[in-house]
Amino acid sequence: MTLESAEWAALVLSLKVSFVAMLFSLPPAIAVAWLLARREFWGKTLLSTLVHLPLVLPPVVTGYLLLLTFGRNGAVGGFLESTFGIVLAFRWTGAALAAAIMGFPLTVRAIRLSIEAVDPRLEAAAATLGAGRLGAFGRVTLPLIAPGVLAGAVLGFAKAMGEFGATITFVANIPGQTQTLPSAIYAFLQVPGGESGAIRLVLLSLVVAVGAVLVSEGLARRVARGIGQK
Amino acid sequence: MSLSVRICHSFSDFTLDVAFEAGPGVTAIFGPSGAGKTSIASAVAGLFAPSRGVVELDGRRLYDAQARVNVPPHKRRIGTVFQDGRLFPHLSVAGNLDFGVRYVPRGRSGPDREQVIGLMDIAALLERRPLHLSGGEKQRVALARALLMAPELLIMDEPLAALDGPRKDEILPYLERLADGANVPILYVSHSVAEIARLADQIIVLRDGRVARSGNVGEVLSDPEVVPLMGVREAGSVLNAQVLGHDADGLSRLAVNGGTLLIPGVQADPGMHIRLRVLAQDVLLSLEAPSGLSSYNVLPVVVEALHRGDGPGMAVSLRLGGDRLLARVMARAAEEMRLRPGLACYAILKATAVPRGDIGAGRELG
Repeated sequence: MTLESAEWAALVLSLKVSFVAMLFSLPPAIAVAWLLARREFWGKTLLSTLVHLPLVLPPVVTGYLLLLTFGRNGAVGGFLESTFGIVLAFRWTGAALAAAIMGFPLTVRAIRLSIEAVDPRLEAAAATLGAGRLGAFGRVTLPLIAPGVLAGAVLGFAKAMGEFGATITFVANIPGQTQTLPSAIYAFLQVPGGESGAIRLVLLSLVVAVGAVLVSEGLARRVARGIGQK
Repeated sequence: MSLSVRICHSFSDFTLDVAFEAGPGVTAIFGPSGAGKTSIASAVAGLFAPSRGVVELDGRRLYDAQARVNVPPHKRRIGTVFQDGRLFPHLSVAGNLDFGVRYVPRGRSGPDREQVIGLMDIAALLERRPLHLSGGEKQRVALARALLMAPELLIMDEPLAALDGPRKDEILPYLERLADGANVPILYVSHSVAEIARLADQIIVLRDGRVARSGNVGEVLSDPEVVPLMGVREAGSVLNAQVLGHDADGLSRLAVNGGTLLIPGVQADPGMHIRLRVLAQDVLLSLEAPSGLSSYNVLPVVVEALHRGDGPGMAVSLRLGGDRLLARVMARAAEEMRLRPGLACYAILKATAVPRGDIGAGRELG
């Protein structure tokens, strides 16, 4: 089985989009998860709803909302372009943004659950030993939730790899630029005789997915050993 | 050092309203569970903000509800040893010990790390994870960790409550070393009279969220009025004694106010001062000097006060020179003997030595 250059491009683009989406969404996901798990504040329900929205909205709707907001004529998109020269719509960076937003609720959920599993009395103990809130978080909470952060990252990555609806709505399906693996499979299925190409990409997706699971399992075991839980 | 606490807070099931001062040495906060002991400890440590009140340490205002002063726990420099140890599971013992060291203010010299490790006997555990420590070992590490942050006050919140009997006996000597050796005032929260008699200098007795009694441990514990607060079985006095010598048959001669006692199992060198805990139920009274008794421990005393409880028993405090002894007798017997304040009689007693200061001597902490 050989892959054509456009198919390679779709695979490489999917991996790039997913990694970037995961990396950039991790810090805000940890912050939001901590807020939701540990703090009481006005607007907490609103924040929680907002974070979970991409999970319950049809992806096409999310994609269209992204287009409205981050498109070149959108409020945020126009500002980004005129101020920083950054364009997201119909670019791979836009695909990464769509993937990050779609994966965000899953990542936040995994991290939030792991923060809630950390005994807050350990953080209190850190405080009595002189650690401020940031120090206690960085030296106690963060190491203890490392498995949850890893799980959240893997979920976010997997979601990004599979994201289709919001991506195709926001950045379309331009080969070599915004055509990710799912978009490429979809494109193959739109033309007569494209099934063999679709099958190749489906198999490729399977290999990537299994590989990601194996890597994360291995990492999870090392992390668990590192924090003394095994 | 002086800690001044005045706090008031309404919980759903009771109201805490206490005011007390604690000086150097070990100050015990005693009370049954639910009396508010841990709330007080938390308020002093900064982990709980009472609705009204003031907490001051050496004139430094740590908490003042009215003036909206609330120094966060990490700036209070108060070490806390919790009932459950609370070691960080992801760090080795050494990592746990060193956790607070970086936060010690410049210019404040903490105790020597090696000395603390020796004091708590944990040198062999340094590389281990808390998961692989016994309950007693965990508490020793928690004690060392709190000491190494160079605290201005050390709070121990029921440090032995989670341990079983033998483990308690394993830790108590270390607590004694700490109380004697480390130059840190200690607030010791406990519901065990035995622990307090062994460790504390001052005691604050809580009852239903209020201070029922406070003062010198020897005085308070031998007060007949306090017996119902302590529990009849736990009630007893603390005597100061000096070791005179050890006899070949295993008994040790101890000098106390008013006489000499013979007691087994004393592990202190002649000349050393130790504490003796005498349970009220282990004291008998006799109007005449007894003869033909199996006990050698007879002391002349003067009845000071009597306190009738709810049951058939009666608590009697006895003056023994500068010390006080507490006896529990049947109320009927007290009537027949016509016990009254000022009456001279004889106390026949059984005492348990509290070997304070026998270990850790000469290993003082800086």
